Amino acid sequence: MTTEAIMDQNLDLPEDPATSEAPPQVDNLDALESEAIHIFREVAGEFDRPVILFSGGKDSTVLLHLALKAFRPAPVPFPLLHVDTGHNFEEVLRFRDELVSRHELRLVVARVQDWIDDGRLSERPDGTRNPLQTQPLLEAIEQNRFDAVFGGGRRDEERARAKERVFSLRDAFGQWDPRRQRPELWNLYNGKHRAGEHMRVFPLSNWTELDVWRYIQREKIELSNLYYAHRREVFHRDGMWLTSGPWGGPREGEEVHEKTVRYRTIGDGSCTGAVESEAYTVDDVIAEVAASHLTERGATRADDRMSEAAMEDRKREGYF
Amino acid sequence: MSNDTETLTRFAPDSGTEVALPVHTDLLRLATAGSVDDGKSTLVGRLLHDTKSVLADQLDAVHRASADRGLSTPDLSLLVDGLRAEREQGITIDVAYRYFATGRRTFVLADTPGHVQYTRNTVTGASTAQLAVLLVDARKGVVEQTRRHAAVLALLGVPRLVLAVNKIDMVDFDESVHTAIAQDFAQHARALGYSDEDVVTIPVSALHGDNVVERSERTPWYEGPALLEHLETVPVAPDPHDVPFRLPVQYVIRPRTADHPDYRGYAGQVAAGVVNEGDEVVVLPSGARSRVSMVDTPDGRAQSAAAGRSITVLLEDDLDIARGDVLVSAEEQPRVTDEFDATVCWLAEKPLAPNTKVQIKHGARTVQAMATELATRFDEQELSSVDAPEKLELNEIGKIRFRTSESLPIDDYADSRRTGSFIVLDPSDGSTLAAGLIGVPLAPLASAVTR
Repeated sequence: MTTEAIMDQNLDLPEDPATSEAPPQVDNLDALESEAIHIFREVAGEFDRPVILFSGGKDSTVLLHLALKAFRPAPVPFPLLHVDTGHNFEEVLRFRDELVSRHELRLVVARVQDWIDDGRLSERPDGTRNPLQTQPLLEAIEQNRFDAVFGGGRRDEERARAKERVFSLRDAFGQWDPRRQRPELWNLYNGKHRAGEHMRVFPLSNWTELDVWRYIQREKIELSNLYYAHRREVFHRDGMWLTSGPWGGPREGEEVHEKTVRYRTIGDGSCTGAVESEAYTVDDVIAEVAASHLTERGATRADDRMSEAAMEDRKREGYF
Repeated sequence: MSNDTETLTRFAPDSGTEVALPVHTDLLRLATAGSVDDGKSTLVGRLLHDTKSVLADQLDAVHRASADRGLSTPDLSLLVDGLRAEREQGITIDVAYRYFATGRRTFVLADTPGHVQYTRNTVTGASTAQLAVLLVDARKGVVEQTRRHAAVLALLGVPRLVLAVNKIDMVDFDESVHTAIAQDFAQHARALGYSDEDVVTIPVSALHGDNVVERSERTPWYEGPALLEHLETVPVAPDPHDVPFRLPVQYVIRPRTADHPDYRGYAGQVAAGVVNEGDEVVVLPSGARSRVSMVDTPDGRAQSAAAGRSITVLLEDDLDIARGDVLVSAEEQPRVTDEFDATVCWLAEKPLAPNTKVQIKHGARTVQAMATELATRFDEQELSSVDAPEKLELNEIGKIRFRTSESLPIDDYADSRRTGSFIVLDPSDGSTLAAGLIGVPLAPLASAVTR
């Protein structure tokens, strides 16, 4: 092992033993599951054309699992929608397609590449395509006349998300206005919307990253293998390990290393970083997440580091 | 916990049937309330920070932002004030949800803003809370807003309160200041119907951490627990279980597939009580009767299911049941009526006038309704009332008579938070106008002297 690799490894060790305690031995997963199922059924009862935003990542896989449980033994009564940035990991797309065919679901794909090809969107100088997803998403919602769109967003992810409702109304331009949110009382969700408006719905609002992983463990939910430790060629940029791909990189001066890594979040390949990890199984991941010093977004998403209000600004425009 | 189980099984038959355990046992849902500048965000930031729920990157961001603002110590309120306008103005606008866990318990915290114009957020946070932490500034003591918030918390049925006397360092950790505030508040809480055991007063300094996670040496005269210790150990009060089984039907599951040609299940979240296979149930509002042939859960068939669980119920008879109907225990049924009195917290800019047409969402049913009479407006601070007000304005609370286009099966809010609550919607734009509580769930308001 090189000196540099040893140093990198040391950086990942917990510095303070107090933070490495085992996760609390309490089980609130039944309550969270029941709440999420209640939310799915409310939407099925009140909306005409719901859709699940589905990327093949862990949160959307958990979302789909809950939807299957909410309506069993009947099939899930809505299709899936994926906004493909064109910078997705091959493995994740394969995993997405496998799930879709196994459960006989309908998948609608909106492609950022199509928008770039015909000039409606242009590539950003930094090469990241996450912010470019908003317009294709809004157009897909409008063209398919979707009136409720399920997302896997959680309030523990980020400060602006912490203030979002479970049923979050978007105006005719798809925009979120945090100052005009409806009060949300008891478990009585208000699904009223006018023509052209739609609802974003977040069944995982009250889950934490650890809850999601404990649920994956309990329910034995299969995930894309990118979430578990594997060998990969990566290069260092902005404090993250990025992988090379059609999104470019490594640039000059960015040295490629082969490392054992995993992904904590999976998004646009140009701005989603891997973390060095020896977590090969779901049990390992739970231990790692419980001891982590960094949030999953802070560790692995360049786009959220841009400014104090990066997420709020994107959400206002119609991003998830 | 044995206590909770006992309450939940009260209506189960004695036949030795295995009864489901309550699902919320190890989770405490709490809300915070207080006036502007009482240091609520700082206290919540301190709780998150000292329970190590704040991770290094979040803390780095706070250090950077604090330094940008010219502060010498990190401003922990920046951990929770998430919106740009909040950080710019240094205030909290919207209710924020926070999650933290200790070895003993998991917490869901609704952090609600204190400014008077955002009282509606206190109502929102309180609607699901099992405990509320109310902050006062030790230099100011119990103020108008404290009394108002405490009344709202009592009205919404939050069973336990903590009064956090914050900024105790600013009064030199003076015991007499703390005692005077505690006594003043205890008197008000008693008037609201809280017993002394339901209310705990703790002297804290959110800024310096005294008595937040660790007991402080600077308040040797205080013998009670630190705030976090209290939150970890206080018994979780269950929602009132004075009514037996209730299930608002959200959705009818009919697969009509080769494997399940005849499956017809009524899906919903158990709102109260327990249901067992074989129980006799009544469908409301129609009044049809049947027996439960199967309790289907997300994990398959079960003997029974308790409040909080999302399930699907199959019945022996083929009945006409749709979304909005309610399955209830045959033994003790709710009232079925198209006219009722309710306490309403008005949450909209547009005031309520008599004979206004609205919509009411109760359980899974939304009906047309008319506010036929504004009976009373309460002064929740003075615990007095005004008869026949001309209107009810934003943040005001009153007793309203409603008439609905269809009959609703209702319980009193005091008996059942889930089947005793509803929301009032604006038929023109769909916005949420008010929180409704059936009956007058707060005794001192029910008997308030008219001014």
